[in-house]
Amino acid sequence: MKNLIISSLFCIFIISSCTKDTNSTPEYNVNQQGKLSVEFDNIVGSNNLQLNTATYTNSSNQTFNVTKLKYFVSNFKFTNSVGAVYTQPQDSSYFLIDESKPNSSNLVFNLPEGQYNLVSFLVGVDSLRNTLDVSKRTGVLDVTGLASDMYWSWNSGYIFFNLEGTSSAITANNGLFQYHIGGFGGYNTVTPNNLKTIQLNLTARGAPIVKKSNINTPNIHLFVDVNKIFSAVNTISFNTTSIVHSSMLGIPLATNLAQIFTHDHTEN
Amino acid sequence: MTFKKRMFFMVFIVGILACHKDHVSENLELEIPPHFPDIQYNLKDNAITNDKFNLGKKLFYDPILSADNTISCGSCHIQTSAFTHHGHSLSHGIYDRIGKRNSPPIMNLAWNNSFMWDGGIFNLDLLSISPITNHAEMDETLPHILQKLKSYPNYPSLFKNAFGQDSITGTLFLKALAQFMLMCTSTHSKYDSFILKKTELSPLELQGYQVFKNHCNVCHREPLFTNHEYLNNGLSISSFNDLGRGLITSNVNDNYTFKVPSLRNLSYTAPYMHDGRYLNLEAVFDHYSYGVQPTPNLAPILKNRIPLDSNDRKSLIAFLNTLNDKSFLFDTKLSAP
Repeated sequence: MKNLIISSLFCIFIISSCTKDTNSTPEYNVNQQGKLSVEFDNIVGSNNLQLNTATYTNSSNQTFNVTKLKYFVSNFKFTNSVGAVYTQPQDSSYFLIDESKPNSSNLVFNLPEGQYNLVSFLVGVDSLRNTLDVSKRTGVLDVTGLASDMYWSWNSGYIFFNLEGTSSAITANNGLFQYHIGGFGGYNTVTPNNLKTIQLNLTARGAPIVKKSNINTPNIHLFVDVNKIFSAVNTISFNTTSIVHSSMLGIPLATNLAQIFTHDHTEN
Repeated sequence: MTFKKRMFFMVFIVGILACHKDHVSENLELEIPPHFPDIQYNLKDNAITNDKFNLGKKLFYDPILSADNTISCGSCHIQTSAFTHHGHSLSHGIYDRIGKRNSPPIMNLAWNNSFMWDGGIFNLDLLSISPITNHAEMDETLPHILQKLKSYPNYPSLFKNAFGQDSITGTLFLKALAQFMLMCTSTHSKYDSFILKKTELSPLELQGYQVFKNHCNVCHREPLFTNHEYLNNGLSISSFNDLGRGLITSNVNDNYTFKVPSLRNLSYTAPYMHDGRYLNLEAVFDHYSYGVQPTPNLAPILKNRIPLDSNDRKSLIAFLNTLNDKSFLFDTKLSAP
């Protein structure tokens, strides 16, 4: 009997330790939350992006400047070192990065303690939010407010990525270019879907350690290279592409868009 | 209970009843005739009340919704023309800029689940944003309108009365405009009375009804007189190559298709077609009789055209006239305040 009790206890010990292991590693308490930030640092090649004043050169050797850069990122998910996924709640999962508003590019999340090896997010606004009642479109999704220039009123849907500027290579419209990339797949008819999910492995350049006791908020520093919009997969030249206001015309740009986000480093 | 107390109690009860009665009379109702299908609009998210409707009406007729404060929604959607822009093939917006499409009627929108000639908008609440921001129409921005409304007399209190909130928000603005548009229902034509067995059609009208059933009813389906589809009816391609629904879906099979318009109040909505190219119904009949062009995605039903002889036309016009609804055109509830 004594043996049985001892072996039972041993079994229970093993079971309970196994269970614990699948949830967290000894140094983290998954029942506690810590802060984690994700920074979207907009660059052009090897230069920090400067609106209006700076001149850049694209892969077709055409010069341009940027007057506006705004884009939605949403539906954030973080995967920790034991494979558990933290999903940011829907109602606080939509962000509008605006180069003219420095505060908009640093997003802060509260999530369980752990080392996070993967981050994934959507560039744009998913089809569900794109079709919700107007009363649910608050904050950055308010089509009558913050999102008024990030919305196609004539073809109901959010613009996911909005890059505007001028180039001497463009003869029409005073050299203006407008790349409005959107298209969530259609409400009652199938239309082009330009939503892109970005998944970045953070281990090579530093996985963030989230702990309640952290003094500094760990920061995932992403580079967003605007120049890759012109070249990542498809070559986009101002000669043929200057005004893009439809989901179909945006497809080659959206393919490039999926490649412009890279993890540069993490500040722990 | 003393007499005084009893009196007080009775007054109290009467007060409650009075309040209750007031409250009930405040709520307008969207009339759904028995021969109509269910509405598409979700009234649960925007229950119609007198105050919200009246606010929507004031906004609809207010030129401050345009960039230079010169035109209102009602400028191109005139009630006595079933809320179209009578006599204008293409409407002009501020600074006399000309649009690319004929101003469609605002009529029975509650039964629609997509809007505009190309169906690019899928929710009535979102509809107003398009003409307000369109460069060739009102060319205004929503944030600027909200700013203007906040600084105008009356609006803050009208919004507060209607929605019980101190702030004027874009959502409330759009919901109020939607309420006005929802109440623009045309359901009292002679045809409706006939279907409800309240009146008879004349022999000529009945003959026209038969012509209609033989040739028109597949697309202009009763009782709304549209099947809500997007079809190419064989108009010659216009100078600026308007792709219609194709612009929305980017699908070549949708090129040159446009929403099948309702035939209600047809007498008041000339000129006809998405670009207002036909000035009268004779021209429309000519088109279907021998003008249909074999353009890409032509509706199969029109491949052999619809020959309409003079007898057909005469009776068809008589029937189509039974779709006119003067009670809608002259309903003071919908008129400019």
